[in-house]
Amino acid sequence: MKRILPVVLVILAAVLIGMATVHTSELKPAATPEGAVQSLLSRAKGRDFAGAFNYVSKSSNTDQQSFSKDLNGRDGSLRTYSSLQKFDTKVLHESDSDALVRANVEWSTAVGAFYDTRDLKVMKEGDSWKVVWPVEKQAKVPPQVIPVNFLRWDIVTRGSEDDWGAQNVEAPRVRITSMNAIERDGSTIVLGEIVNEDTVPGFVAVGATLVGKDGKEMAQEESFDKISHTILPKEVSPFRIDFPGVKLASVKSVRMQPNALLVPASADPVMGVLHQRIEKDSRGRTVLRGELVNQTGETVNIPHVLATFYDNGGRVIWVSDGYVDRALLPQTPVPFSVAVNDELAKNIQTYRVTVNQYSLDRQQ
Amino acid sequence: MTIRRITLLVLAVTFWAVMAAAQNLAVPTDATAGQAVSIPTSGSGSATLYVYGPGTAIKRAVELGQPIQIEGDQLKKSGRYTVILRGGQDVAGSFFVAPAKLENLAFLARPSRVPASRTGAVTGSAYVFDAYNNLVLEKYPVKFELSVEGAPATSRTEDSKNGVAWVRLDSGKKAGAAQFVASAGDASVKRIVQQTASDPCNIRMKAQPAKNGNILVETDPIRDCAGNPVPDGTIVTFISTDQNGRSTVDARIKRGFAQAELPPSDNATLSVAAGVVLGNEIHWGGR
Repeated sequence: MKRILPVVLVILAAVLIGMATVHTSELKPAATPEGAVQSLLSRAKGRDFAGAFNYVSKSSNTDQQSFSKDLNGRDGSLRTYSSLQKFDTKVLHESDSDALVRANVEWSTAVGAFYDTRDLKVMKEGDSWKVVWPVEKQAKVPPQVIPVNFLRWDIVTRGSEDDWGAQNVEAPRVRITSMNAIERDGSTIVLGEIVNEDTVPGFVAVGATLVGKDGKEMAQEESFDKISHTILPKEVSPFRIDFPGVKLASVKSVRMQPNALLVPASADPVMGVLHQRIEKDSRGRTVLRGELVNQTGETVNIPHVLATFYDNGGRVIWVSDGYVDRALLPQTPVPFSVAVNDELAKNIQTYRVTVNQYSLDRQQ
Repeated sequence: MTIRRITLLVLAVTFWAVMAAAQNLAVPTDATAGQAVSIPTSGSGSATLYVYGPGTAIKRAVELGQPIQIEGDQLKKSGRYTVILRGGQDVAGSFFVAPAKLENLAFLARPSRVPASRTGAVTGSAYVFDAYNNLVLEKYPVKFELSVEGAPATSRTEDSKNGVAWVRLDSGKKAGAAQFVASAGDASVKRIVQQTASDPCNIRMKAQPAKNGNILVETDPIRDCAGNPVPDGTIVTFISTDQNGRSTVDARIKRGFAQAELPPSDNATLSVAAGVVLGNEIHWGGR
C-alpha cells in the first residue's frame, strides 16, 4: 500500500503533463457562424495563427502564410508592433448556408489602441462554419530603379574651438498662422496650424498654457503626436492640443509656445494622398478616406495621417489623425481612414491631409 | 569763520598731507598693457613691494634707492594697479595700465540666414581688443563689408566707441552665402550670412501622361521675384480634383523644380501652390 500511492501520483502527474503538452491539431468545429469568428479571433489573440487558419474557409483562396502576415503584420508595419487585445462580434445576417458577422477588433499598438471593424462572411462547410478571410493581395511592384535625387540638410554647428563671437546657425523661423480654442466632450482643445517660413527644415513642437479668469496658469500641454514634428521649408502642419476635463468657460486666455529646432533632415519620401473624400463607414460614422501612395523607392513602415478641417471662413475647426497599420511599399496605394466628428461634419467646408512617416532603416 | 568751516579746513589739510605722503612714489603715468614699467625709489635699505591689479598680485623684496622693475608679463590686463612699498617709510601709489594697440576683433553677425532684398536685416557688432584681450577704448575705424559672389559688395565704416562698433545693412538682392567681413587695423574676421530666396514669384506647371498611366506634373524652374531660385526642399503642393475626390502630393523642389505623379483621371482639374503662392491651373481630359 505504501508503494501504490507514490506510483499512482507519478502516473497522474505524467498524464497531466501529457495533457498539457500534447497539442491536438484537431480543433473543435464551429457550430455557429459567430462561434467560427470568435474561435478564429481567439486563436489569433493567442498568436496561434495555424489554429486560427483552421477556421478559414477554403473559398478565401489564401494560404496560411499570407493569412498569418495579414494578422501579424509585415514590412515593419504598425501591425508588427501590435497584439490583438479584444474583440466583439455581432451577427448581421444568417441563413442555413452562410452568414455575415461583424467583428470589432481592438489592437493594442505601440501608439495606442487601434480599432478595426470587419464584416466577415461565414459559410457552412460540411458540419462546420468557416470564415471567409479575404487577404488583400498586395500589388507586386515590378523590379525597377526609381531615381531619387536624394536631398537632405546637414548642419555644421559651432565648435568648441571657435571664438566666442562665431555665430551658430539659427533655429528655423516658424509661425503659428491660425489658432482656435474649442470645447468638445468636456475638454478644451486648442487647434491651429504652424508654418515653417524658413529655408531649412525644423523640428517643431507647439505648447499651450491655459490662463484662468484669476490670471493664474491652469494647465500646460503639448501637441504630442497631433502635429508633423519635422516640417520642411514652407510646409504647413496642423496641431491639436487637448486639455481633458478643462471647461473653456473657465479659460481667460491661451498662451502659445511654438518651439523650433534646426535638425538634419531628408526631403524624402514623397507621399501622395489620393482620392480624398468624406463619407460614411459601415457603421454609419463620418470618416475621411483616401489612399496613400509612396512615390519614392524606400518602404515607409508606419504612416501617420493628419487631417485638418476648415469651416467656410477658412478657420481650423478640427484636427484628426490616424495611424495606418500597413507599411507603404513603393508605388503601392494603401487605404486610410480618419474619423470625423459627426457634429462637426456639417460645418466642414474643406480639408487638407498631410502624412507623417516613421521608417526603420532610413537615416534622418 | 564758523566751526563748520574750520573743521572742513582741518580735514582738507590732513587729506593733503596723507596724499602727499602716499604719492612720494613716482608711479608711471602712461603704462601700456604688456609693457614693463620702472618705478624709482629713494632712501636705502630693503623694503617689501606689493603690487595688485586686475588679475595680478605681486609681493617681493626690493632695495630702496634702486628703481623697481615690473615686467610686461605681469601687466597684461588693463586697469588700475596699486603699488605699496613697506620698509623704512611706507609709501603707496597707483597707476593705470591702458590697453595696447588693436590686435583682435570679435565679430557678432546676425542673422545666420536672411531673405534677399530685406531692408536693415543684417546687423554686425565688432568688439575691438588688443593682443591680451583688453577692450580697446580708443576710437578705431572698423570697416564692415557684406558681399555675395557675382554681386557688388556693400561696405560701411564705423568708428568704435568704448570698444564697440556696429552696423545695420540691407541684405543683397542675390541669394547665396554672403561673406560678412569686419576689419580694423590688421585684424579681420569673416562670418557667413546665408542670403536666401524669398517666396516664389510665379509658379507654372505642365502636365503629361506618365508611363504608368498616371499624370506627371512638373513645374518650370521656381524663382522668387528677384530671379533667385527658390531653395531645394521647399514644399510644392500639386492638387488634382475629379469625381473620385481630391488628390494631393506635397513634392519637394529638387534642382530648381518640383514634380509629382497624380492618379489617372479622364476629367480633372490640376493646380499647384507653394506656401501662399498659387500657380496655374490645368484642366486634364474631359470635354
